[in-house]
Amino acid sequence: MQLQSMYQDIILDHYRNPHGRGLRDPFEAEVHHVNPTCGDEVTLRVHLDGDTIADVSYEGMGCSISQASVSAMYDLVIGKSVTDALGTGEHFMRLMQSKGDATVAEELEDELEDAVAFAGVSKYPARVKCALMSWMALKDASARALSTTSEAN
Amino acid sequence: MTSTVSRPAGAQQVPLPLDVEAIRADFPILTRTVRDDRRLVYLDSGATSQKPRQVLDAERDFYENYNAAPHRGAHQLAEEATGLYEQARAKVAGFIGAAEREVVFTRNSTESINLVAYALSNAASAKEPEFRRYAVGQGDEIVVTEMEHHANLLPWQQLCERTGATLRWLGLTDDGRLDLTDLATVVNERTKLVAVTQQSNILGTINPLGDIVSRAREVGALVLVDGAQSVPHQPVDVTALGADFLVFSGHKMLGPTGVGVLWGRYDVLDALPPFLTGGSMIEVVRMEGSTFMPPPQRFEAGVPMTAQVIGLGAAVDYLQGLGMDKVLAHEEALTGYALASLQAIPGVTVIGPPDTVARGGAISFTVEGIHPHDVGQVLDDLGIAVRVGHHCAWPVVRRYGVPATTRATFYVHTGYDDVDALVDGVREAQRFFGVVPGEVN
Repeated sequence: MQLQSMYQDIILDHYRNPHGRGLRDPFEAEVHHVNPTCGDEVTLRVHLDGDTIADVSYEGMGCSISQASVSAMYDLVIGKSVTDALGTGEHFMRLMQSKGDATVAEELEDELEDAVAFAGVSKYPARVKCALMSWMALKDASARALSTTSEAN
Repeated sequence: MTSTVSRPAGAQQVPLPLDVEAIRADFPILTRTVRDDRRLVYLDSGATSQKPRQVLDAERDFYENYNAAPHRGAHQLAEEATGLYEQARAKVAGFIGAAEREVVFTRNSTESINLVAYALSNAASAKEPEFRRYAVGQGDEIVVTEMEHHANLLPWQQLCERTGATLRWLGLTDDGRLDLTDLATVVNERTKLVAVTQQSNILGTINPLGDIVSRAREVGALVLVDGAQSVPHQPVDVTALGADFLVFSGHKMLGPTGVGVLWGRYDVLDALPPFLTGGSMIEVVRMEGSTFMPPPQRFEAGVPMTAQVIGLGAAVDYLQGLGMDKVLAHEEALTGYALASLQAIPGVTVIGPPDTVARGGAISFTVEGIHPHDVGQVLDDLGIAVRVGHHCAWPVVRRYGVPATTRATFYVHTGYDDVDALVDGVREAQRFFGVVPGEVN
């Protein structure tokens, strides 16, 4: 079976015991993203301290890949500047476009930490969108949060 | 690999009416393997059916020997192409008990429904008085059901937005059937059209169209039946149906993609203005304005999908060769067996009618503790193709409080071995994700 290449233990751990799950206050922006081909959904809030991501809180429903992805993302972006976090998102996007190329995964291992376990997903085009949904939501919410805080200042 | 699982007592393998092995030999794609050399178990015919060699041969034969644009040109190829195109129309008409002039070729069911929806709004502004008979406007109502595929929902939502008409709908019961309690109030004197599916693509439910058609007749409303999931799987006769429109897609009934059908009662079709305009559908064209051909040509603008239409004709021949009564009985046997086998697995819930009463061979289910995508992924790894998601019927999954379902659909090449593979695959998914009920992981 090829399944294990996609469903790494790290992914299943994040799925069963998600990190940072639940919607919390305070927050500067909340977004709701869906994956219209399958109905996966995530509601995601971003709380900034200056330009640092102080908290990302979320609720969602969806497959193991989409739910594990948002949990792994939570671990990666808290405490980072918005720019750095979105840079990590770009790396994750590159991993998802790697079509299972192991050299890409090796190269990104330090940057992506647990999230590098999603490399196996890149071999299944139908599932890539599941893994990317939370990162798209973060990008959207961060941009809104930044514009909200800059207006307030 | 999965271990052998004993079948539940309730799951009966009655003899199948169709010779599955002989039929499989007609489908070249069923000889290929998928995912590490596994036999392809294709349980996604509800999304699109596979094509027998006879259909593929008919398309190739057309391109190799007759290719020309039908209904134009005076050369021999054009004559022959026109003849084959119209012969296919006659086959399709015969298949549903209709007159040839009532059969319009479209791209698919979706386009057929849009054709009617746009004709009804175009009617309001038609310069020809005879085209305004069915005009939809403010104060009018369109009725759909909560069970509809998006293709039989969005065109009506949009029609209402364009015209100021109001969209109303019939709800669903907890066991996956239409709730007709409010039929007499929802379908009323303001209703211009009722659009309803004959068989749900997600629940498998076969609807009691007689009640709905009778009520629509009482109030003078048109009835459009979405036959995308029924015409491929059971005998359908438009006279018995009593509706005004029936739509279906070629690609779900062993035919090619890119061809669908709109059947319409002739006097109704004849009172509708065109949807798409251009070549082929005109009578006289002047710079100041033009007149149109009668149906069906009025609704077939441009050079049609000739090879696909001819392929659909071959698909109709193939299905009639098997006999639609047998196709229906075949799928009913498989559905009964699959429902009993799946529901015997702890943690599996069927979304839709639990038995074969007024139900076709589309089985949606959930597996406790595993998201449908993940179920589908494990099945795919075993070579089993199913559909996962909301099946273009998002209000239905919302109604039943699930994010999505896994759906298996059957057809003429499906056998008990395919259903067994599905059932074993679901158990394998439970093992893989560690959610076998009663076991501590």
